Amino acid sequence: MSDQRGTTPSQTIGPFHRIMVPWEGGAELVATDDADAIRIQGRIVDGAGQPVDDCVIEVWQANVHGRYAHAEDTREMPLVAGFEGFGRAVTDGDGRFDIVTVKPGCVPGPEETVQAPHISLSVFARGLLKQLVTRIYFADETAANDQDPVLRSITEAGRRETLLALPRAAGGAPPVYDFEIRLQGPRETVFFDV
Amino acid sequence: MDQPTGYNRDPAAEQPPYLYPDYRSTVLRAPKRPLVPLPHTLSEITGPVYGHEKVGPLDHDLTRQHDGEPLGERIIVHGQVMDTHGRPLPDALMEIWQANSAGRYRHDADNHPAPLDPNFSGGGRCTSDADGRYRFVTIKPAAYPWGNDPNAWRPAHIHFSLFGTAFVTRLITQMYFPGDPLLDCDPIFNSTADAAARQRLVCRLDLEKTEPEWALAYEFDIVLRGRDATPMEG
Repeated sequence: MSDQRGTTPSQTIGPFHRIMVPWEGGAELVATDDADAIRIQGRIVDGAGQPVDDCVIEVWQANVHGRYAHAEDTREMPLVAGFEGFGRAVTDGDGRFDIVTVKPGCVPGPEETVQAPHISLSVFARGLLKQLVTRIYFADETAANDQDPVLRSITEAGRRETLLALPRAAGGAPPVYDFEIRLQGPRETVFFDV
Repeated sequence: MDQPTGYNRDPAAEQPPYLYPDYRSTVLRAPKRPLVPLPHTLSEITGPVYGHEKVGPLDHDLTRQHDGEPLGERIIVHGQVMDTHGRPLPDALMEIWQANSAGRYRHDADNHPAPLDPNFSGGGRCTSDADGRYRFVTIKPAAYPWGNDPNAWRPAHIHFSLFGTAFVTRLITQMYFPGDPLLDCDPIFNSTADAAARQRLVCRLDLEKTEPEWALAYEFDIVLRGRDATPMEG
């Protein structure tokens, strides 16, 4: 095609993104008293182990049935009224962020595979010239995780575990999962080339 | 049903790397391990779809968000949002934020001793129209020091954020002004290796869209990743 053109280069979000018009709903994809609600408590640290306190986290996910609220998901599965599947959180002074959502259902993967419940996550921050992309999987979905084509593609010892959110033992409502993002270091989080 | 296609991947030289030591903050934040290639599945070719419902009536005009007018040079920033095949992207939500005409952000973390402007917040939103065209009214931001080295100054810029049609088309970038002498020494601008790709970040003075006796116009087209020719894996 003669009309091809190059993508606009990415540039860092910088430290002053809080000037953006506030995002209604923030990182509460559902109400905390929703019957299916879970809370993901995350923390992000840099190569010196210091909290990344000026970071924007965005999440994108399917609903509890595994259906994306998007025109390209044409499968005959239910949408959930009011559930868009997107959230945006800003880290606090300790590098922590908080997402209230639901655990998504499984979604199809390449070549007839089934992807385990996962949340796509983008990290934007000063010092990141483009977003980092990772996924949140759930440590208590052992059977589904064992079949997940993306997790299975990560064979190096210890790396796959960096993508697992860990259910917190002490119950409560909604149930809490912990998820750490390490930008560097021996337990560096797996980031994806998308 | 035909398999949907994934999105094309940009040549490496046309996007910045994660590690770019001249921009010091990348050193402790860039991953050291190679990224894991991710096939484009339904999770990547879908994405948040937002349009007019997120935009207030004055969100596109940063000069009318307060009782008085902000100080500085009023400008129109307009352009077209499209994909790499030149197809316009209609109803695309766009967010911008910027420093004021003195080079100061309305932000707790900005310690630059330049005045805040009580009539300028610096944040805006709009959606592209049916042809992918958008228009903001704002004031021209100024350069400011940023501590990357003892005499580091950012060229004047406006931050842009767009979603596009899929998770993988998400783009946050910065728009610069033509002829700015600070561009040559700015590591953030220069982090993209390909010189022609860097020029996509520089807007164009547009005398045709300038409104006489009122505001200069600048044109800034934004290109998001387009669909690949081959079906996605799966």
